[in-house]
Amino acid sequence: MKRKRVRVIKRILGLYLPLAAFLFFALFPFYWMAISSFKTNPELYNLRMNRLVIKTPTLEQYRELFEKTEILKWLFNSFFVSFMTAIISMVLGILAGYAIARLNFPGAKGFGVATFITYLVPTTLLFIPLAKVVQSLGLSNSIWSLIVTYPTFLIPFCTWMLIAYFKSIPRSIEECAMVDGCTRLRALIQIVLPMAIPGIIFSGMFSFTLSWNEFVYALTFISSTANKTISVAVPTTLIRGDAYFWGELMAASLVGSVPVALFYSFFMDYFISGMTAGALKGV
Amino acid sequence: MTSSAAQDRDAVRVWLRRFVKPEALTGYFMISPALFLILVLLAYPFGLAVSISLTDRILGVPGKFLGLTNFLKLLQDPLFLETARNSLVYTVSTVSLKLLLGLILAQLLNQEFRYRNVVRGLILLPWIVPTSLSVLTWLWMFDSLFSVINYMLLGLGIISRKINWLGDTFWAMVSVVIVNTWRGLPFFAVSILAGLMTIPDALYEAAEIDGARWHRKYWHVTLPLLQPIIAVVVLFSTIWTFADFQIVYILTHGGPINATQIFSTMAYDVAMVAGRIGEGAAISLFLFPILLIVIVCMLRYLRRE
Repeated sequence: MKRKRVRVIKRILGLYLPLAAFLFFALFPFYWMAISSFKTNPELYNLRMNRLVIKTPTLEQYRELFEKTEILKWLFNSFFVSFMTAIISMVLGILAGYAIARLNFPGAKGFGVATFITYLVPTTLLFIPLAKVVQSLGLSNSIWSLIVTYPTFLIPFCTWMLIAYFKSIPRSIEECAMVDGCTRLRALIQIVLPMAIPGIIFSGMFSFTLSWNEFVYALTFISSTANKTISVAVPTTLIRGDAYFWGELMAASLVGSVPVALFYSFFMDYFISGMTAGALKGV
Repeated sequence: MTSSAAQDRDAVRVWLRRFVKPEALTGYFMISPALFLILVLLAYPFGLAVSISLTDRILGVPGKFLGLTNFLKLLQDPLFLETARNSLVYTVSTVSLKLLLGLILAQLLNQEFRYRNVVRGLILLPWIVPTSLSVLTWLWMFDSLFSVINYMLLGLGIISRKINWLGDTFWAMVSVVIVNTWRGLPFFAVSILAGLMTIPDALYEAAEIDGARWHRKYWHVTLPLLQPIIAVVVLFSTIWTFADFQIVYILTHGGPINATQIFSTMAYDVAMVAGRIGEGAAISLFLFPILLIVIVCMLRYLRRE
């Protein structure tokens, strides 16, 4: 009896309590984001009330947001850019990853190492000259500037990720198919790709998220409000001078965060397996 | 004499054939789109960055060649030296915090409990959600008047006076460190967790038979086996944190009085706000040596594996 109680206490102190602390740290900002967005302005700035709960929930902030700002346009921009760049990077990543993992040619290994190195290059190192490149391509202030530049950091990631996946698929399977008269392209499309689907989905959704969240390039290349992506538009255009409309800002932050959070909850299993199988085997 | 020339020619032909056999041609064909994009939008801009940084270019004007003047001037500029020091403080403190907390959190998440997968998913949220938007929430939480963190700390009696989070030079640095740790911790925890899951139970059982207590098991079994993952995660995080932009840009803009100014925010201010492109490019390039160190360490690790 007593030993059982000791075990329960040990489990509470050793697991539940610290875990609760970590969860609180991780999630409180989202709770605060959500309840701030459903409060009325007087309640938001009333210091005498209990500030951790909502007394009179309202959708006022969301109405303001959708009626008076271009939030739908920003959401569309983010979707369009993230979708396009994820597709481009996945296709180019599959081609390059397969070539490095399977084909025997001089320079294959060097190119593999080079993609890994480019994956490490931070965006803040090159945003100044890239702004000039974007300008000379005639893409300044257009969302196409992002669709062209985002793959530079997504392709290395996808390639590296997929090399690990392709290597884990036994070579003999496609060799059999090729002996039976299948071309390499058909072997790739009909045999290798279906087996690499978890890796492909993982790198695709990860690319989508990285594009959705990107900030520096979007901030530098795009100046007009209507062409901004949501991650840049909210902190730059919804803050007017020194005035912070916190209810509206929090509503916009929630609207911009929910798509990626939902996306992840659907593909959670792929994510965990991708993270544990591919990502770390790769590096 | 002639025969050796013929041999040489044969050798060259054999060597050349490696590049033109069908498999190699397919390979080059398949990597060419990725290679093209990387060369045009990564290698070329890098060359451009170096050439711009050697001029006194300002927005819209080509500028003239200065040699290394920009770099030498920066190294004597007290503001730049403070920026370098801030970047170092920011990186060292957040990376070590993330590693320490990440080790603990991974250990917790590796235990058996109900809804474990849900908890693992929730823990990942700060890392997945757009940083610029979650940092806005932190900005609101650190608000000088309405800070909910102060509200809770005062309510619990932990502090007796409001903390001026973003307005005080010391607390501003603490704030950006907290937020960076918050955002980066999931990456550390989940990566280390992935490492923990690969350690076979048999090793712990063997240690137990030898009479090892938990801390000795952790020190002699867990940590050595986690070492490669820890190295990779720390290297990744070091370069990302050194080059980090959004957290500082949104929370403090480098203030108050440059107490949180780091490389990327200073480069942005100098190049994009003040329009001194040449100098801004030079500041950005100071990230390059750090990147180089990380790459060298990383490649060494890769080779050993």
